[in-house]
Amino acid sequence: MTTSTHYDVAIIGAGMAGLAAGIRLAHFGKKVCIFERHNAPGGLNSFYSIDGRKYDVGLHAMTNFVRAGVKGTPLTKLLRQLRIERDEFALCEQKRSRVAFGPRGEVSLTFTNDFTVFESEVARQFPAQIDGFRRLVALIRTYDDVSLGAQPESARAVIRRHVTDPLLEDMLFCPVMYYGSATEHDMEFGQFVIMFKALFLEGFARPLDGVRVIIRTLLDKYRAAGGERRMKCGVQKIVVRDGHASALILDNGEEVTATHVISTAGAPETERLCRSDRRSDGREVRPAAGPARDHPTGELSYTETITVLDREPSALGWGDDTIVFFNDSEKFTYARSEAQVDTRSGVICIPNNFDFGPEAHLPEGLFRCTCLASYDQWVNLPEDDYQAAKIRWYGEIQKSAQRFLPPLPSADALVRATRATDMFTPRTITKFTGRLGGAIYGSPQKVRDGRTAVDNLYLAGTDQGFLGIIGAMLSGISMANFHILAGGK
Amino acid sequence: MTKDETKQVVLDIIADIAPDEDISNLKPDVRLRDQMQLDSMDFLDIVMELRKRHNIEVPEADYPQLASLDSCAEYLTPKFTALGK
Repeated sequence: MTTSTHYDVAIIGAGMAGLAAGIRLAHFGKKVCIFERHNAPGGLNSFYSIDGRKYDVGLHAMTNFVRAGVKGTPLTKLLRQLRIERDEFALCEQKRSRVAFGPRGEVSLTFTNDFTVFESEVARQFPAQIDGFRRLVALIRTYDDVSLGAQPESARAVIRRHVTDPLLEDMLFCPVMYYGSATEHDMEFGQFVIMFKALFLEGFARPLDGVRVIIRTLLDKYRAAGGERRMKCGVQKIVVRDGHASALILDNGEEVTATHVISTAGAPETERLCRSDRRSDGREVRPAAGPARDHPTGELSYTETITVLDREPSALGWGDDTIVFFNDSEKFTYARSEAQVDTRSGVICIPNNFDFGPEAHLPEGLFRCTCLASYDQWVNLPEDDYQAAKIRWYGEIQKSAQRFLPPLPSADALVRATRATDMFTPRTITKFTGRLGGAIYGSPQKVRDGRTAVDNLYLAGTDQGFLGIIGAMLSGISMANFHILAGGK
Repeated sequence: MTKDETKQVVLDIIADIAPDEDISNLKPDVRLRDQMQLDSMDFLDIVMELRKRHNIEVPEADYPQLASLDSCAEYLTPKFTALGK
């Protein structure tokens, strides 16, 4: 190739982080291009259609919801930074959610977007723990979770200084881990704080039309600011010379150059892009010094079942629950699943149970369940076995999850109300997002400052360590600000 | 450009980057940070918008000069004048 296109900034991945970084950079006059391998934007929070039905991939609920007028939280910051009006996201609040533990969910803590509800639930169920719980919450409120240089500390150790009942401890960890932890059994305390605030001190909301409303808003801002976007055009290689990203080789063999590169592909995935094992013309390139910090691939993967119903789920007697985090065992185990799927714990989401207002409602009922799953036991199955495993586990997951909802009016009520089903597995996740190991929450080792051993290559998104949809957007914003805009580079 | 006009330039920028703030009664001699919820990301945006809209460069060492509307006017007005504005 004799001519090559040069950008001020090339961004790998059109997910939440990549789009948010792109908006900032394009707004301030940088020549930016986002390269995305998939045909749909959104990354880990994308959408798809089957038989004319629209499905969201990852979005159960957008966390970090605060009402208008609450300032200084992640949602407010990102609206300001991206010049988005609150109304553009059209967020509707959850009705109520629960953490339900025990073989049939006997111990249950309800929470809403009003934190006092959760606090009074803890006081009711765990009266001996409430003082310690309040001290923990006070600590969380004042903790500087966005500091880029905080020292890592075990969240379990910190929580045990305040909460001494192991059941309450696990009930606090379960939702926080399921909505964002890339580490087994424990979390880094800063990560726990980010998620605790996002879920409990802030709250859940979603637009009626789901994640595509968020994505459409970001795409419109990015386009208006002059950003370029190339879909179905992944980056297959980052050419590194002398510790500097000198070019990007695209999937079609084209070569582009950029002064700065922001990768949202994940830390281990980006390291892989820097290695010289693939090149479209087949020529072997001298191995480059990739980012020196070797990041382990995440161990935690998930499966999710989606059931489309011909009525509102509440019409099955299931009540108003928006999200239910459940666990049936004495100890809550958040770890790589030893079975193909671990149905002991999981998350139920009923998207109909957001408060969309008196007139608006989703066109059909939806019932979604997420459980931990083993990537290794899904990825290499022959096609027939894969399909059979999906059918088997679909049934097992539904059965497990229903223990934590009110009983159905009749045994076959759910089957009779079902119009369609879908299910994704660890294999699906890797196929559509490029995340190694089906690890939605990425590598257990986060890179808070986004730096790599390559001087003009920065990480943003999940592996930078701000979690959730809002966290991912803030990550893109922070990395664009910190590495590119603030220095006036 | 007069100092009052410079203040209006800064107010216009704040209105765009922080539309959720009420800027109608800001005291010119009190730190902006003490009257509104503005964090370091917002201050970076004031600097960036000055560059984008008015070609005014504010080096990082001078960020404290933007603390209040009065100090903004003192610091920025000569820069506007130097650009012939």
